[in-house]
Amino acid sequence: MLEVDIKSMLFQSSDGGTLEALRDLKFRCESNSFTSIVGPSGCGKTTTLRCILGLESGYQGAITVSGQALMSGSTGGKVSAVFQEPLILPWRTVEKNVRLAMSSSDSSDDLDELFSELGLMDHRDFYPAELSLGLARRVGLARAFAVKPELLILDEPFVSLDDETAGRLRQLLRQVWSARACTALMVTHNLREAIELSDRILFYSSAPSRVVAQFDVTGAREHRDRAFIDAVRDEIEAAGLYHRSR
Amino acid sequence: MRGHAAGSKAPVWILSIIGLLVLWAVVAWYAQTRALPTPLQVLSAIYVEYQSGDLFFHTAATLARVAAAFVVAMVIGSAIGVALGRSQVLDHFFDPWVILFLNIPALVIIVLSYIWFGLSEAAAVGAVALNKIPNVVVTVREGAKAIEPGYSEMAAVFRFSRWKTLCHVILPQLQPYIAAATRSGIALIWKIVLVVELLGRSNGVGFQIHLYFQLFDVATILAYTLTFVLVMLLVEFLLLQPLEKRSRRWRPAHA
Repeated sequence: MLEVDIKSMLFQSSDGGTLEALRDLKFRCESNSFTSIVGPSGCGKTTTLRCILGLESGYQGAITVSGQALMSGSTGGKVSAVFQEPLILPWRTVEKNVRLAMSSSDSSDDLDELFSELGLMDHRDFYPAELSLGLARRVGLARAFAVKPELLILDEPFVSLDDETAGRLRQLLRQVWSARACTALMVTHNLREAIELSDRILFYSSAPSRVVAQFDVTGAREHRDRAFIDAVRDEIEAAGLYHRSR
Repeated sequence: MRGHAAGSKAPVWILSIIGLLVLWAVVAWYAQTRALPTPLQVLSAIYVEYQSGDLFFHTAATLARVAAAFVVAMVIGSAIGVALGRSQVLDHFFDPWVILFLNIPALVIIVLSYIWFGLSEAAAVGAVALNKIPNVVVTVREGAKAIEPGYSEMAAVFRFSRWKTLCHVILPQLQPYIAAATRSGIALIWKIVLVVELLGRSNGVGFQIHLYFQLFDVATILAYTLTFVLVMLLVEFLLLQPLEKRSRRWRPAHA
């Protein structure tokens, strides 16, 4: 379980002024649920994730994972992430990239199952430069799951992929995530993506951001086809939670 | 691609070296003076020194000093370079020091080192390393400034240990800069080592060159010089290039 309660988060801008990115941001993600954050661009979605990952410390408030306070750099439970850029090390092979992230106690783990689920069996000894962006993102997913996280953070994990590849990767993520219990929090600018994967969608205001609305998506994930997603999206838009103006 | 290009270069190289040798032989034959021996005379000088064991002994002594000074300069220089590259405050403060040390002539550092620390091996190797350190600092500092913050954040999120971060995240990004510092470093260091040996050591190629300079024996001077050039070429082709090729294997072929 993840609980976020940030009173305020200030950024120093380059011209010396300050910018408030987050204010009174409060939400919680139940254990083993999938939550998405949707909102206007530049509204502090990624900043929220960076705070949870311990990459930002200049906020007032508290973030707890499974009841344990999160301090930058060390948390109680295992946290892992899939980044906007794949951020896999170009000078290490696919398998080495995944193994580097694993703790020494897991280092003898067999990765066959994870690699085959993600369709990476033939690419274990490849260097990232030899992979397409879609494959690189799969490696990012493999790394995130290999550490057996309690909390999984996904920052626009399917951005800049063509629709078909993104769709296939969403399906892979759903399968791999369903087979392994962990709490997932994803930022996306794609409402359909959020509907397809989430139990709950949080809607952000523009900066200084807070959660202005939330929407629970019901129904088994396997049955969320195009028609279902369209219906839910219309429902969300009719309720005025989100506007497709951009 | 690259192998093919090198292959087609080899005949040209051999021709070029033969041309140089012929030119040398012709000039030496015309001049008929002890000051410019023929290639054959140099070759026989190499053989004489080799027979007596001197060639191996002094070349090995110099090579050991080159290796020691190189390791010291690279380790200390890289550490300082990374520190300055990562911290703007340190960089601003120490920049004048770096510029100062870059511009102190090698000879001054060697003489002062011998005066302050005595005519010892440590003073000799230290003086050579100190000459090289500022170059390493400047090169590695550029590399440290170019380190991609995203990879460091990834390492933080996945709780890489400091050692793991250094080996798998930081050093691979510094590799091209360290390779550049190594390249320019080895060539510079062996030349400075010769000066150090000439001024205050009783063995090594520099010491031998000083000795044969007093005897006006140019053939033996050239014998030592060419031998050591050959040794450094072997280091380049058998050690540095394979190492660099290995460390670049992850890069796409066109890079």
